[in-house]
Amino acid sequence: MSLAPFEPTTSVDFIDEIPPDSAEGGRAIEGRSPLRLALARLRTDRVAWLAAGMILAMVLLALIAPVISAATGHSATNPDLVNGTNSFGQPYGPGQGGFLLGTDNLGRDVLVRVAYGARISLLVGVLATLLATVGGTILGLISGYFGGWIDALLARLMDAVLSFPYVLAAIVLAAVFGGSLGLTIAVIAFFSWAAIGRIVRGQTLSQKEKEYVEAARSIGAGPFRIMFVDILPNLVAPVLVLGTLLVPVAIVFEATLDYLGVGVGPPTPTWGNMLADDQGSAGFGAWWFWGFPAIALLITTLGFNLLGDSVRDALDPRTERIFATRRKASVLGPDTPVGGGGTQSGAEADTR
Amino acid sequence: MTRFIVRRVIQGIITLWVIVTLIFVLFFMTNPDPARLLAGKAATVTQVASIRAFLGLNKPLWQQYLGFLGRLIQGNLGESYKLHEPVTTLLGQWVQVDISLAVGAGIIWLVLGLSVGIIAARRPRTIWDRSATVFVLVGLSTPTFILGLLLLFIFFYILTTHGIDIFPSAGNYTPFFTNPAEWARDLLLPWLTLALITAATYARLSRSSLLEVLGEDYIRTARAKGLSERRVVYRHALRAAITPIVTQFGIDLATVLGGAIITETIFGLPGLGQNVVSAIGREDLPVIQGIVLVAAAFIVVANIIVDVLYAVIDPRVRLS
Amino acid sequence: MTERIPFAPPPPAEATPPAHQVSTEPLLRVENVVKHFPIRRGIFFKRQIGSVQAVENVSLEVRRGETLGLVGETGCGKSTLARCITRLYPLTSGRVVFDGADISQLSPRRMRPYRRRMQMIFQDPYGSLNPRRRVGSIIGDPLAIHGIAEGPERRRRVQELMEIVGLNPEHYNRFPSEFSGGQRQRIGVARALALRPSLVICDEPVSALDVSVQAQIINLLEDLQGELGLTYVFIAHDLAVVEHVSDRVAVMYLGKVVELADTQELFGSPRHPYTAALLSASMVADPEKARASHRVVLYGDVPSPINPPTGCRFHTRCPKAQAICSVEEPPLQVQPGDLPDHLTACHFPVQRGETLVGATPEFHQAAAEFIATTPPPVVEGSA
Repeated sequence: MSLAPFEPTTSVDFIDEIPPDSAEGGRAIEGRSPLRLALARLRTDRVAWLAAGMILAMVLLALIAPVISAATGHSATNPDLVNGTNSFGQPYGPGQGGFLLGTDNLGRDVLVRVAYGARISLLVGVLATLLATVGGTILGLISGYFGGWIDALLARLMDAVLSFPYVLAAIVLAAVFGGSLGLTIAVIAFFSWAAIGRIVRGQTLSQKEKEYVEAARSIGAGPFRIMFVDILPNLVAPVLVLGTLLVPVAIVFEATLDYLGVGVGPPTPTWGNMLADDQGSAGFGAWWFWGFPAIALLITTLGFNLLGDSVRDALDPRTERIFATRRKASVLGPDTPVGGGGTQSGAEADTR
Repeated sequence: MTRFIVRRVIQGIITLWVIVTLIFVLFFMTNPDPARLLAGKAATVTQVASIRAFLGLNKPLWQQYLGFLGRLIQGNLGESYKLHEPVTTLLGQWVQVDISLAVGAGIIWLVLGLSVGIIAARRPRTIWDRSATVFVLVGLSTPTFILGLLLLFIFFYILTTHGIDIFPSAGNYTPFFTNPAEWARDLLLPWLTLALITAATYARLSRSSLLEVLGEDYIRTARAKGLSERRVVYRHALRAAITPIVTQFGIDLATVLGGAIITETIFGLPGLGQNVVSAIGREDLPVIQGIVLVAAAFIVVANIIVDVLYAVIDPRVRLS
Repeated sequence: MTERIPFAPPPPAEATPPAHQVSTEPLLRVENVVKHFPIRRGIFFKRQIGSVQAVENVSLEVRRGETLGLVGETGCGKSTLARCITRLYPLTSGRVVFDGADISQLSPRRMRPYRRRMQMIFQDPYGSLNPRRRVGSIIGDPLAIHGIAEGPERRRRVQELMEIVGLNPEHYNRFPSEFSGGQRQRIGVARALALRPSLVICDEPVSALDVSVQAQIINLLEDLQGELGLTYVFIAHDLAVVEHVSDRVAVMYLGKVVELADTQELFGSPRHPYTAALLSASMVADPEKARASHRVVLYGDVPSPINPPTGCRFHTRCPKAQAICSVEEPPLQVQPGDLPDHLTACHFPVQRGETLVGATPEFHQAAAEFIATTPPPVVEGSA
């Protein structure tokens, strides 16, 4: 996907207030940067507000998790068969026994567990995506700008990483080193940077040919200055969109790893392992075991996907609402167990 | 054109080699003592030592690497530590499951995704389009395993407890040649799990691709010539719009072939995916390695085929 | 900005020479510069199977304070030459000497101080400015890169530059997309001037602009030359513009300089057949003169620079070509009877009063027949 240089299509909406600094003491006229205009558009997008609300709700939940735990007196990790099960030893359903969302088979409060799970999911999702985005952008820029053997090497590396069945690799690594939060973040970041890198590389390659890059060289700018001061601002839009869409991918990736038993293990509650160990023990009868974590996951991923779509619309209003690349659509590369916040299919997502 | 193909194939080989090396690093270097693994927990020190010598693990690392590569080229993937069968045989058995999965799910998602996408593209911004949007977004946001669980819950648990016994529980798989009807019945829910989510992506892809093509000048010309809208869409526009879908399909198919871990785990299907997880559990290195390799190889090959196909369909690609 | 030249440039004979000081000391010397772009084929390790011979053995001199015009068709190598001079492309061979210093092989770091003194104005006002950066940042970029000024001082200088080129300094924070083509070109000029260069290479600075705006920019460039003592290399394909601004003009064809002379001399009495053809093709405002002038039509297409013709590169299209032209390349030299500054590369230069026949007589005949026998199309409602 390519974004043409931004041309504002609306008439003047507003002019920003700038402190006077010209000789006459008048107001210096400030151009509306494309980002600022995008923000304005975003503000009017109701879906974006909805999405932001969904995400914020989850963030809030994550933040007040310890508060909930203290208020209700329920722990997230300690089994409590006394209070948490009814007289038959069965866990409480939602609304019973003073538990808003019920308890699991070990008597633990599902609400508290979901709240704590939110912390991990969001932490991993955002952090891993951040790392992947920064790393991918830098490497993509270098690869695209310098060309030659550096590009050949990095491009092959990106291809290899994207082709690698990463869920498998993650499982293997986790089995070897033991599942942990840090490992999960590292693995997700490692397998995601290539998606960003590939896009950035493509954009850099095309921007490199533009005349303003030539102009920059003619005034004596060095390669790194050109990459980061000149080319990078032109990449902000696709990188921002991709990054936002990469977060749910990372979150679901993490949940999958937990589900398969190779991520964060019990007793620490994560949405993934809640889905796993609670599925087996009571079969499907106690739907609230896995139902609520599932709902929470869905809300989070839906929120980020909607937000990403809205951000994309805001940055480039000419594209159609459901936007995809034309070419071999491996925008997000090896996707995840999600249908792909980007354009990968669920099948791919499933297996990698 | 041939030059393009050759270049692409060589690139693919290099990518595969990088992957193979990554695998080697992953397995041989993270695992300190394969000999002990092979020998089992009850082996004595001497037994382990002799196995180590037998496996050539005493040799320096680069020799092991070369040996590894050599065997690989000959098609020897080693023997399973725990199942005591050649890995290639095991892979052959397991891949059948994935082929079944891929074929069934593939057809479903292709048909479903394309239909939704085309309908949405032909009637942009109508209720059809909006519904398609919702379908797409929900599909994209739903993790596979949640959908799988949901489907199992609804179609198996609820129906069965109410006496409608259509769908089997997880853990059943009947090979096609044994009983096609059973085969389909066992695979229906897995197919749906894979297909519904993938269909969402294809709907999005086909919709945007078709919309882009419909905006082209030559389509406008076709309409101006008086062709019916149906002809314009199906005979002219679709042909151009279908390329990204075809290429994507190739890759997705290859990915499923390499093992659909989550789906197989949820539904208990003995394919590459489920077996790799259990292999990891029992530290069966050659099996893990073999599956990872095969999965990666499928993808790389698919990428090459897809690239070549794309170049065949769109001559502009060849020139780059 | 008031316009000082009329809409259509004046016909050749009345062009006035520019009013700035020219010394005979060369600021820039180009010696035997060759630039070949290799063509590589091969699956992986690409071998070179040929090359695009963009610039072939060009030698030029640019004197302090003058404007050297560089004309030629698209693909003749003038833009490539410009980029070779500024070392945006590495030289295949040859020397570029700037103010006495050989800059041909300098490393990027060594090249930096020279970049300050040698700047370029680009053709495309839309592409040569980074759409995502504010104008003040773009113009101030050279100052930032070379560490000349920071913060408020830089801003002050940038605004000063903006005023010099005729922009409103309050637009410091605007984006290029908010300016018109002509204004953007002014931004480009401001950027080029930021470092107070001695030499400015203008690569078709007005080709992408509307004619009325062209006049403004040309006037601006001329004013700046007078005020700041700049030396220009002015590349263009519009002869009228070149004639107006240049002191001397070099004509290029397929990578070689075919004629080099003072402007009046070149336009008054061109010696090279190619120059004569070019001049005859340019539009003349006066209809009577246009009818009276004789259009020289060159037959054939411009040959490919990958496989240039042997001998004189123009011989395949030259109305005066003879056997020797395909064998021996004519050197660029003063022809007998010419001023010492008038160099031509031709075996059979055009003599005074000679009328060139462009297309063959058979062609003229056929054309005349066609016109006589074919009725003109009837267009409904046309004037």
